[in-house]
Amino acid sequence: MTMYEVRIHSRGGQGGVTAARLLAHAAFLDGKHASACPFYGAERRGAPVVSFVRIDDKPIRVYSQIRHPDLVVVLDTTIMDAVDVLQGLKPDGVVFLNSSEKSDAGEHTTYTVDLTAIALSLGLVIAGSPILNTPVLGALARMGVVSFASVKAAIAVTFSDKRNVRAAEAAYQELVL
Amino acid sequence: MRSVATGNKAVAEAVRQANPAVIAAYPITPQTEIVESIAGFVADGTLASQYIPVESEHSAMAACIGASATGVRTFTATSSHGLLYMHEMLFWASGARLPVVMANVNRAVGPGWNVWAEHTDALAQRDTGWLQVFVATVQEAYDTTLMAFRIAEHNDVLLPVMVNLDGFSLSHVMQSLDTVTLGDFIPPMVLPHRIDTANPQGYGPLTGPEEFYKFRWEIERSMRDARSVIAGTEKAFAETFGRKYGMTDEYRCEDADVLVIALGTFGKEAEVAVDILRKEGIKVGSLRPRWFRPFPDLDVKGRDIVVIDRDYSFGFGGVLADSLRARYRVEPSSIIAGLGGQEVTYDDIASFVRTRMPGTETWFGVHDDV
Repeated sequence: MTMYEVRIHSRGGQGGVTAARLLAHAAFLDGKHASACPFYGAERRGAPVVSFVRIDDKPIRVYSQIRHPDLVVVLDTTIMDAVDVLQGLKPDGVVFLNSSEKSDAGEHTTYTVDLTAIALSLGLVIAGSPILNTPVLGALARMGVVSFASVKAAIAVTFSDKRNVRAAEAAYQELVL
Repeated sequence: MRSVATGNKAVAEAVRQANPAVIAAYPITPQTEIVESIAGFVADGTLASQYIPVESEHSAMAACIGASATGVRTFTATSSHGLLYMHEMLFWASGARLPVVMANVNRAVGPGWNVWAEHTDALAQRDTGWLQVFVATVQEAYDTTLMAFRIAEHNDVLLPVMVNLDGFSLSHVMQSLDTVTLGDFIPPMVLPHRIDTANPQGYGPLTGPEEFYKFRWEIERSMRDARSVIAGTEKAFAETFGRKYGMTDEYRCEDADVLVIALGTFGKEAEVAVDILRKEGIKVGSLRPRWFRPFPDLDVKGRDIVVIDRDYSFGFGGVLADSLRARYRVEPSSIIAGLGGQEVTYDDIASFVRTRMPGTETWFGVHDDV
């Protein structure tokens, strides 16, 4: 397997950094080498932020930002008005959007799940913001990025609130391949 | 045990296992996660250290110095402005021969205000008598922090050690981490000149010109002896835990005509550039100095050298490039890159090698030729 590179777009406070770390953790539990590199800008709630995850069979020696991702994850589609989330996406790269609509991102295969609705239905809300970083892991598992067993294990060791695993399960069920 | 951790968490876990008697610290980005994690260990009882939350970094180092003088293991962590605020105390730690261990999460010095990676903070402490080591992976941060205690406290060294890791680009990066069962790898600390109320002595009196220089020579002699202590510790670490380290980390250097020399994560990312350039027929290797003080012996004779400095000494040059010029009488292609967290990729590093010009200095992103 060549290195698989993921870029996660979110807004400050939505949990994009934690999503990247959970994904790297799940990949590690799958027996892969993984690295989560958040890019920290001028951190403030609501500002667009990106986080990066690399997954490989070999140790990862790269620390710079991902220019040509295999997968782009968008936790907040309102970012797409301000940021070109598809920039550098490989020709065969895929997109995941947190959306209630069956939208698509140009020529790229696009998957959607309404993560916000899942979080709200389970009451997973912190400081008024729905928690998106645990349900998105379920969606990514359904897409085959990591195994669902590893996703559940990574979430369980990171968060004691069992609703996080339930949120991932809901997203896993909802995503249509 | 294998798990995942950030660079900061890896350092904190190593400190928990090394079990210092006293930890004094003040938070500063991007180091805060280290002392926050350690404070958590103390609060939940998994670490029995006395944790002193101080009002400044100067006091943090002063508290470590005072505690270390009683003969107990000490630790602190800082970054950038915090390290600069300690500057005076750094000389006191080494001059009093106190084996304090400190993690410094490398961060640029303002103004302009900047929290991202740069090595100038540490390299500006070059002459303080501290051993300095730069790490490039989460695993290396953990392993090196463990080894730092054993090296600092060794009777032939008794000097403080600074473990440097790149701000954000390593401190906040999550990778796999294999933690060890430490056993007796770090022997109990024995400080021959410890303060002892049962054996009162005078400390820190005025030291005249007839004695002072002897103390300075003693520091240098121990710096020189530290090389074999480092080698011995790294060998013992490899034998006990299976992971090998050296004064340098070398990648495809054996037959290399060109060497990329860089500290920290750039030195690791350079390995990817090496693989790209080798396919183009350029015989290049990555030579990453882990230790900066004492300075390692580098096999650079007859090779083209591309040095990447994530630092600068105004009015002179890149600190690493200057060290190589002075020590080996070489004319490197000097690249100044990554200041204040400037993004530098393996493709950029490959281009530094392709466009190398011995004897020149190029600022990445400023000069047009790279």
